[in-house]
Amino acid sequence: MKASWVAEQKTVESSLVSGAELFIQGLQNEKVDVVFGYPGGAVLPIYDALYKAEMKHVLTRHEQGAIHAAQGYARVTGKPGVVLATSGPGATNLVTGIADAMIDSIPLVIFTGQVATKVIGTDAFQEADIVGITMPITKHNYQVQKAEDLPRIMKEAFHIANTGRKGPVLIDIPKDIAVNQAPLKEVSDLHLPGYQPTMKPNILQVKRLNEALQVAKKPVLLTGAGVLAARAEEELLAFAEYYQIPVVQTLLGLGGFPADHPLCYGMAGMHGTYAANMALYDCDLLIGIGARFDDRLTGNLDHFAKKAVVAHIDIDPAEIGKNIPTEIPIVGCAKETLKALNQTQGEKSNFNDWVIQLSKYRSELPLTYKSNEKELKPQKLMEILHEVTKGAAIVSTDVGQHQMWAAQYYTFSTSNRWITSGGLGTMGFGFPAAIGAKVGRPDLPVIAVVGDGGFQMTLQELGVLQDWELPVIVVIVNNKSLGMVRQWQEIFYEKRYSHSLLDIQPDFVKLAAAYGIEGKRAENEEEVREALEAALSSKKPFVLDCAVTADENVYPMIAPGKGLHEMIGVRG
Amino acid sequence: MRRIISATVLNESGVLNRLTGLLTKRQFNIENITVGHTEDPAVSKVTLTVWVEDDRKAEQLVKQLHKQINILKVRDLTNMALVSRELALIKVLTTPDTRSEIKMLIEPFRATVLDVSLENVTLEVTGDSEKVDALIELLRPYGIKEISRTGLTAIPRGTQKKVLELHPYSIM
Repeated sequence: MKASWVAEQKTVESSLVSGAELFIQGLQNEKVDVVFGYPGGAVLPIYDALYKAEMKHVLTRHEQGAIHAAQGYARVTGKPGVVLATSGPGATNLVTGIADAMIDSIPLVIFTGQVATKVIGTDAFQEADIVGITMPITKHNYQVQKAEDLPRIMKEAFHIANTGRKGPVLIDIPKDIAVNQAPLKEVSDLHLPGYQPTMKPNILQVKRLNEALQVAKKPVLLTGAGVLAARAEEELLAFAEYYQIPVVQTLLGLGGFPADHPLCYGMAGMHGTYAANMALYDCDLLIGIGARFDDRLTGNLDHFAKKAVVAHIDIDPAEIGKNIPTEIPIVGCAKETLKALNQTQGEKSNFNDWVIQLSKYRSELPLTYKSNEKELKPQKLMEILHEVTKGAAIVSTDVGQHQMWAAQYYTFSTSNRWITSGGLGTMGFGFPAAIGAKVGRPDLPVIAVVGDGGFQMTLQELGVLQDWELPVIVVIVNNKSLGMVRQWQEIFYEKRYSHSLLDIQPDFVKLAAAYGIEGKRAENEEEVREALEAALSSKKPFVLDCAVTADENVYPMIAPGKGLHEMIGVRG
Repeated sequence: MRRIISATVLNESGVLNRLTGLLTKRQFNIENITVGHTEDPAVSKVTLTVWVEDDRKAEQLVKQLHKQINILKVRDLTNMALVSRELALIKVLTTPDTRSEIKMLIEPFRATVLDVSLENVTLEVTGDSEKVDALIELLRPYGIKEISRTGLTAIPRGTQKKVLELHPYSIM
């Protein structure tokens, strides 16, 4: 014992290193392979250490690009995305992405520089209270007070970000902390007495759910992003198949259950399928798994699953009972809970009548649109995308009409292929997120499906495609407008298109060319197909500007304040 | 309804900010809040009184607080048998005629006189909020110059009612 104690002392004394080097060591301990970032004054010591460490660093052209890229990376790899930005404006430029990651439970560890400790609070150059600013939009955040605390804080941050209900954790590092010397030592076990997420479900509640399935006639499974975060796809499939329970999905849960499975009735919610929404409206047992009953899913709560006993499985106890009263609350990780459910299965019940009813809805009232030979319909565009990529690509979207069409028509049969900004609805998210996804999964084709509005919010990241020769295909669903805003103005504001029409646009093909990237404008199905096939085989970045029908609307639709059964435009 | 919530928190910088920020974000209105050290110097206790619409809101509040990494334990004390106290300092205008009258008045409240000047006296009273309210109302006709109240702090009694008699939450 004594010898080892002496040895430990020696390593401590002989290896004083700077805070910046502790930062690099911390990243290596967490097996971080890439950092998305942007340098600046307060992080100069850290960037100097990065230079020497030769850590892979993706330099985006704006901090917002860095954080969305990290989100895309996290979504497809399951590992926390790592972001580095400087103090003040560098840090505040991250705020949108942090809020986005928080509401969609994406694991991120964000490092921001800060002015030196002795000038904090003096309104120093590039000082912003980023810890105060991000307190309500992070799972947790820290400001490092002593260099020697950094290894512990980093270990805690990675743990907090990627366990329980995942989310962003921010670490603010004052410039002098990155310079100060501290001992390089291993961090012993984590000590977080206030953070113990419940993974295993209460077995009594699991039993109650199995019992409820014995008496139910019309059960439905509503599956969300929690299934994907827990990697519980297999368990979900086994559970649904054993009892033959129909499955509907949230926007963020797409891919958690194969879209081509006979028990899958598609996406529910504002632009969901008729079958999925009627399943939620009519069911007598609603089993929510890793979904948070967001208002875009439920519509008017007075009409939501009113005839149903509600069972809710979620890793976050605060989600249970938040929006809808819950009879069977199960706090636990989706994987563990579904395992427990599969181990304690009751008798197989007969839900045949229910399944037949929903299947009738599905076949008689599928998602539909009016084809037109002369025009490129955006829905058709998504179908072509699916066809050309054989449904195997990673699809990343912005927010708006194109997002809904992608969700509706690019059917996902594999998990972790779908990246979208759900809760926050962040325009400008899709393209940088696709960059992060390609960095995380270089083996898969990655398509950024963006609107002409959203793309113009973060298109400077074309510089990253050029820089890294990343074969991301940008598909611009170009309707020369902020389509979803325009649609709402058409339906609810008597066609007063207030500031939603974008007639003046850059030539996106020339813009791509300016970055040394090949591009093409497509105005019909054939041109789309050809360009996509060429882009996929070229393994080079590509920008495809698709001129789609400008006044096409997303249907079906549930108007605000209406119930799930009051869909409009079901027949296209 | 009024709820008394007690939270045990790590004594770190920013934790109070985190707690009150969360309440603001979720639209809970704090009526009063007290913070102080506990038997463990690394741990502080926050007692807060909030108005909530219904039990579901109260449950949501407790759960959201509990999610914070440096909040260790959260308890809704409202339905528990508890002892709660608040301290108030009250400065009342006096004349030579009313001075002894006020002294008589405050006696049943076990309030004490802390300071006397020619024009006023300063009193200290401790008790539950209703008792403090009652004394203030009694003194109001004399002219109250200043009041400073600490807000409520509370601790559950050593002996509690049986759990079955308590209002159950759907999950805690």
